[in-house]
Formats: sequence, structure tokens, C-alpha cells
Amino acid sequence: MNSAFFLVLRRMRAPIIVLIVIYAIAVIGLTLVPGVDAEGKVTAPLSFFHAFYFVSYTATTIGFGEIPVAFSDAQRLWVTICIYLTVLGWSYSVVTLIALLQDKGFQNTLTTNRFAWRVKRIKEPFYLVCGCGETGNLICRTFDRLNQAFVVIEKDDLRVQELDLQDYKTDTPALAADARHPDNLLLAGLKHPKCRGVLAATNDEESNLAIAIAARLLNPDVPVIARARSASVAANMASFGTDHIINPFERFAEHLAMAVAAPERFRLIELLTSLPETPIPEIHRPPGGRWILCGYGRFGHAIASRLQASGIHLSIIDPKAPDADQTFIGDGTEASTLVQAGIATASGIIAGTDNDVNNLSIAVTAHELNPKLFVVARQNHNSNSALFEAYNADFTMVHSQIVAQESVAILTAPLLAHFLKRLRDQDEVWCHGLVERLHTLSAGLTPVVWDIRLNISEAPAAYHALMHDQKFSLGEILRDGTDRSLPLNAIPLLIERGKQFFMLPADDFKLVAGDQLLLASPLDAQRNFEFTIRNANELDYVLTGSEISGSWLWQRLTGSRAQ
Amino acid sequence: MNLEKVIFGFFIVLAATLNFGFFLGDIERPELHNVYELAAALIVSLIATALKFGDRTQIGAIHLSTSLVADLQLIAAAITWMVAVHISGVGMTPHVTSAVVSLSGGALFANVVSVIILIVETVMMRR
Repeated sequence: MNSAFFLVLRRMRAPIIVLIVIYAIAVIGLTLVPGVDAEGKVTAPLSFFHAFYFVSYTATTIGFGEIPVAFSDAQRLWVTICIYLTVLGWSYSVVTLIALLQDKGFQNTLTTNRFAWRVKRIKEPFYLVCGCGETGNLICRTFDRLNQAFVVIEKDDLRVQELDLQDYKTDTPALAADARHPDNLLLAGLKHPKCRGVLAATNDEESNLAIAIAARLLNPDVPVIARARSASVAANMASFGTDHIINPFERFAEHLAMAVAAPERFRLIELLTSLPETPIPEIHRPPGGRWILCGYGRFGHAIASRLQASGIHLSIIDPKAPDADQTFIGDGTEASTLVQAGIATASGIIAGTDNDVNNLSIAVTAHELNPKLFVVARQNHNSNSALFEAYNADFTMVHSQIVAQESVAILTAPLLAHFLKRLRDQDEVWCHGLVERLHTLSAGLTPVVWDIRLNISEAPAAYHALMHDQKFSLGEILRDGTDRSLPLNAIPLLIERGKQFFMLPADDFKLVAGDQLLLASPLDAQRNFEFTIRNANELDYVLTGSEISGSWLWQRLTGSRAQ
Repeated sequence: MNLEKVIFGFFIVLAATLNFGFFLGDIERPELHNVYELAAALIVSLIATALKFGDRTQIGAIHLSTSLVADLQLIAAAITWMVAVHISGVGMTPHVTSAVVSLSGGALFANVVSVIILIVETVMMRR
């Protein structure tokens, strides 16, 4: 039963007993004290009923007066005592109750109960987001825009309150609790039948690890996506079978190296993994040659190993790192250091320290010394966005954004990971062609990448059609549901059939029940297509052009049932 | 010895004994059933109920429910008595008296169950 209810009962035990005893004393006393009539003769005392009635209205300070007849002095004496007694009793009860309601523990119990109740009532598939810092917040906002349900656990009380103030379309259950405790994860619906995935995006490495492990052990069926900044934690997570580990530093270094070596492939990945329906990111074309790297921590190391592998020569400035080039004096914020490092002949600079102000200072100084320089700036905190936007580096690295983008992309379309893996075998021309097609999808906005399986729950109409020998090809079903002469504004990227994968399937590709499709399209095209494959009448229209009604009688009359 | 257990047992047994005292005697004769005894039984029963609040165990839940049954029966008896004497004015006829006493008899049964549970709980106790 409800634990808050029990808490109230237990705390109110003493006041209620005191109240019962006081009432009993007052009522029994009144039934013993003799009364008086109009002539001053002694009469019988009040009966139990009248006594209880009198005490009830006197104790609650309603005070109807002396009913049914005027009291004797003896009765008045007793009533005087009773009034003080009962007021004491009531005040004690009320004060205890108010103290209980203001009790922090009690309020926590109440909010936790409400949270658990709301999670239990979720009817649609949802994601469990652990940690609502910069990354988590970005993920939540994207989910909200995609109409995707989610549950939030965040350690910081203030952040949970902020979440309430943000203008989300839906009212999201959020709990201020430590996600490291498995109990809290369970409360947030880790074992809920509709839980589709867990995102460990807290600021603390250990917490992310604990969440990944707990999720893996308690509910092995749900995918876990975790953020890790250090290699050891990432390895630990991998050993536990975490489905997807995102290391923002590694990821950015990978992207930067790819942007140098294979710009079209990088562009394609950037388009597919960016947050859906956001302005298309500008094209980054970092040059090869010699670069300067300021800051040689975890980020610097990740960058250095990737860039050096792609044939770039690096001059590394970091007075604190012993393995950096210690002949440079200073940390790169001063012109002299940069000149010493050969800024005049360098083709690019990476301002990659863990201090935003220093990074900006490095970037601005370097740009003044060599305006042709390609500047990569690392932004550590979302709150400095305005500064970085104003400066407008050639390439800005925001780690919260990298994690958010990738987790949203992987979660909303699990097939995308397979597609990205197969992308490595494709050449630049192929990538360029696909990039051009993606650019035409929606004007200036990134596409939504989504997947759908042609099964009974996700696409009942299409599934039934396919199971009843109504074969159709990809080109036939990818039509606009409002006007079938128009093609649907979507690009099929990948089809999964059992163990087989088909990259960029053509329009005459024959679909089979159970196929999983990965598509890129604007949001409205996604809605359009989902409606088509769920509604049998809509599907019929798209495939054959006949607008039949669904009624049994009409089908009998037209004879369409007989076919 | 635990003072809480002493008080708890005291009120449960007292509720049963008071109720039994009221119940005892020819069911039709009002002079054998004292109204103060009914009032005392009701008050003690209410206190016993309050004492059982907030126990999360299975036995605690059954304790609470039996006590609530006894309260309900005794309140019904008190209201019957009140209606007969003050509202309808028929007074304590054999018919009314037997109604009141049999209602308290029902409460007595619930009280006996309470006492049995108390005994069972004590027997089960390992300390």
C-alpha cells in the first residue's frame, strides 16, 4: 500500500489517541454532572447523545451555546475544563499534521510516490535519461520535439525544478535522485515493459558506469548508451556489454581526422547524426599540412593520435603535459608562444584546453597572426555558447552536443549504427551523391533519420498486405499518402532482412514482411508514411489508388470482399 | 519487556473485556446492559484502532481490520441506542435492547479475533 499513507497514520497515532481520550473524559464527565431546570430544581445529567453533541461543537470551537437547556453551575465548571482540554487536543493534532506535511522526508515520499505512479502509467515506449546536465537537457529537448516519451533521473534538485519550468510539450516525469542506486532506476521504469533504452549521460564517470552495469544486470533486453570520457571506464563498460559507448573526445577527434581525410564521408555522417530538423551545419573543410594543438589532456591526446594517423604534423603546446613539446614557452594564449610554434606556416590550430576563456583567447590571437588559419575551438560549457557563436570558429567542438546527437541518432534509429559501419567501405563519390540527395530533402534543415519494421505492431496494414500475397516494392509504397502521384519526400538508406543488409535499396526492391527500413526524411514525411503503413485503407489508396471505405457492408456491395 | 507491547496488549484485551461485560446478561433486558459500559467499550476500541495505525506487516493489517470492524459494530450499536431514546422515542424496548446488544456481540467477535491474533503473534515471536 501507499507508504505516505502509512507514514501519516503512524505519525498521527499519538494525537488521535490523545483526542479520543480527551473526548471520552469530556463526554463521560458531562453525563455524570447533574443539570438544573428553569425553577432551579436539580435534574438528571445529559445523556450520552447530548453530551457527545455538546462536546463536538464546543471542542471544534463552533459553540452553539448551552443545548438543550441552560446548564447548571456544576456543568459549567466541567465544561470550562473540557474547553481547554479539547482545544489542547485539537491543536496538538493540527500542529502534528502540519509539521508532517512540511517534513522534507514526507514530501520526498510524496514526490517519489507520484513519480513512480506516473512512470507506471506510461503507455507508450519511453527512454530513461539519467542525468539532465547539458547533454541530458539537449537530449530531452530533442525527444520532446520528436514526441518521444522519456523519464528523467537527475541528482541535482535544482535541475529537476528547472526541467519543470522549461516549455516541454509533454509533462515529463522527473525524479531528483541518485541514478547510481538501482532502486531509483527501477522506480524510473528500468523494468517497465515499455522501456526502450537507457541513457547514462551524467557528468560523473563512475555514475555512468554504475548505471550501465545496473541496467545490463537488471534488464538485459534494453539497450544502454553511456558517455565515457576516459578509456578505462569505456573499456569497463564494454566488458559489461554496454551497447553503445560515446566518448566525446574520441568521437570529435575521429570526425576531425575524417574531415581532413574524407570530407564527403564526414559530411554524410554529420548530416545523418545531427539533431533532427535543425539548421544544416556548415561545411567544414579542414586542410592538411601542419597544425598547432594547444592543450594536451585527454582531448589533446585523442586529437593527436587521430590527426597524426591521417598524416598531419602537429606542434603540441601544453606546459603542463610532459609529453608535449616543452621548447614552447607559455600555453598558447600569447602571441609569442604561437609565433614560436610556427603559426605563420601552420594551416590549422586547435584550441583544445579545458578552459573556455583560454580557448577563445588562443583562437583570437592565432587568427590575428594568421588570418588564413583553420581554427578549431573546444567549447566546454554550454553557457559560453554566446561567446563561441560570436567568435564563429571554423569548427567548434561542444562535447555535450556530440553525445546528445549521437545518442539521439542511435536511439531513434538503431539501424543507423549498421549503416554508419557500412559507410566505411564506400568511396567519396558515393558519399557525395548521397549528401546532395539529403540536402534536397528539406530546405536548410537536417533530415530525421528513423527506422520502422514491417511487423504487426509497428506497421499492421503493411504487414497484413505482405502476408496476404499483396507484394509491393519500395517505390510503390514510398508515395505521398495525400496524393499518390507524388513520391514521398524520403530516402531509404538501408533495409535489414534477417542477417542481410541492403544499402540504398532501389525503388524496385521487393519488400517482405519483417523487413526493417532505415529512412531519412523530414518529420512530416515520416508521419505521412507511418500513417500509410498502419491504416489499411490508406495503404490501399497508396498502392492501388482506390479509395474504398472500410465498412463491411460497402465491401460486400462493391464485391471487393470476394477478391 | 517493551512498554509499547504492554500498552498495545492492554488496550486490545481491555476492549474485548469491556465489550464482553456489556454483552453479558439477558439480551432483552435493558437494565442488565449499562450504557457507560458501551461507551467505555467504544472509546477503548477506538484507542486500540489508533494504536494499530501504521503497521506495515500482514498481521498489523489484519489487526487494523478487525479493530475497524469492532468500531463499526459499536458505533452502530451506539447510534441504534441514540435513535431509540432520543429521536424515535420508543425507548429501550426488548426489541431495541436486543438489537444494541447483538451489535455489540458482533463487535465482541471481532475483538476475540483481535485477541487471538495477538496471542498468535506472541507465540510466533522469537525474542
